[in-house]
Amino acid sequence: MTLTQRYRFIYKPLVFIACLMPLGWLASGAFGWFGATLGVDPVKELEHECGKTALNLLLLTLAVTPVRELAGQPQLLRLRRMLGLFAFFYVLLHFTIYLVLDLELNFATLGADIAKRPYITIGFTALLLLIPLAVTSTNGMMRRLGRRWQSLHRLVYVIAVLGVWHFYWQVKRDVREPLIYIGILAVLLGYRVIRARARRRDATSRGTAPKTPQKADVAS
Amino acid sequence: MKFRVPRIAPSEITPPEVYFSRRALLAGALATGASALLPAAEAPQPQGEALKYTVNPQYSVKETPNKFEEIAGYNNFYEFGTDKDSPSRYAHTLRTRPWSVTVSGEAEVRGTFDLEDLLKDQALEERIYRFRCVEAWSLVVPWVGFPLSSLIARFKPTSRAKYVEFTTLYDPRQMPGQRVPILNWPYVEGLRIDEAMHPLTLMVVGLYGRVLPNQDGAPLRLIVPWKYGFKSIKSIVKIGFSSVQPRTAWNLAASDEYGFYANVNPQVDHPRWTQASERRIGAPFLAARRPTLPFNGYAEQVASLYQGLDLHRNF
Repeated sequence: MTLTQRYRFIYKPLVFIACLMPLGWLASGAFGWFGATLGVDPVKELEHECGKTALNLLLLTLAVTPVRELAGQPQLLRLRRMLGLFAFFYVLLHFTIYLVLDLELNFATLGADIAKRPYITIGFTALLLLIPLAVTSTNGMMRRLGRRWQSLHRLVYVIAVLGVWHFYWQVKRDVREPLIYIGILAVLLGYRVIRARARRRDATSRGTAPKTPQKADVAS
Repeated sequence: MKFRVPRIAPSEITPPEVYFSRRALLAGALATGASALLPAAEAPQPQGEALKYTVNPQYSVKETPNKFEEIAGYNNFYEFGTDKDSPSRYAHTLRTRPWSVTVSGEAEVRGTFDLEDLLKDQALEERIYRFRCVEAWSLVVPWVGFPLSSLIARFKPTSRAKYVEFTTLYDPRQMPGQRVPILNWPYVEGLRIDEAMHPLTLMVVGLYGRVLPNQDGAPLRLIVPWKYGFKSIKSIVKIGFSSVQPRTAWNLAASDEYGFYANVNPQVDHPRWTQASERRIGAPFLAARRPTLPFNGYAEQVASLYQGLDLHRNF
């Protein structure tokens, strides 16, 4: 089996199933399969778990580059789009549950929440910013946008900061869990800063311009 | 009232079908890596000793009370952890007997009193109250207790007693949540003396006709139904009378979010949650959100306490 075939027929389907598992677990709780329950407040449980799964997947998406570089597994990039799209999927679920099950489609409250509550303002901003990234995630859009595609998709750094910040601000007092997310995000973003500096240093010492991203990096 | 420590009651022993369904759940949780979602395997049932009490319809709302497991399985009691199910999971370490309450400050009768001594003259009554959390969820609860005013009368507060301050037990061995400095332990709450003397203000020792479960603040807690839930302090060991306003736990933690009064008020928004509406726990999907009422629906009885007070500033 070639590498491409292994990704197409084994790794990608496995990641796809893994990404659906949190949803399966929530569904089994919601419908009482296997005796599972969502507890006394199922709406909050659904809302929070979808939000946290979205954050987990977003951080996983950002972990692809460091892992493939440090582990010397460049082909891991082939999984990144799916992780990113699943993050978007869970963000949409999170928002839909909030609007439909929590606010019960009270749009006046939605408007007030977005306008007045900073953690909802930034969370909603992150959701909006994810839309162009999802729309331009196809191979066709990558080709069409060329160099600009990568500039656009650097928005994911802003989105991740907003998402983790949204979690941190939402918590009333016990910030231990959001602090873990902040720590992981700091490592993932810090890696990129250090790498960029190192590359710049290399480039100046060799007297050449910084390396432009290779086509393979963008298109796979 | 008599209390005894029971041996393992038959109801405590997990039936095999529950045990095996728990194992199945565990396997499922491991498979998905979603162990945070592990549900409580069985619905808890009232287990405390039955209390003698009368029903007080005058002070009871007409709404249907929440189920026992909703009240006793979903609440905040940060002394046992910050998840809603932490109290029901971990509060078994709390020893509620023997229990004493120390009375101090501006009162003629001061000292340390055994709880049984404080309770022996009190006629218990059941009152069905609304309970509104500042986090915008709500319950309807059949508490068993007695008016705080009849307890306070016994201590003969002086004319300088303008406030009553309550303190929760501080013992990190029994209350592991206190090992984490999330709040300035011990938990302190307070009322103005006229609020404390109001007939709606209840000292609670029971729930659903039985001794209060540990996770709900056993053996003695406050219930002030027109205020957000965090005012209703649990597992009280100190009552102090003072001429100055007490420094209360949540107010110390974030004074812009949690005021001293904390009256339920749909007009005054909290920075994190709308206070205009609330979600009733246990209500059907898409029919759980309801408008929040001024003073949690007790405006007729308590609004006069706050005449001339700017409720937007004194939130």
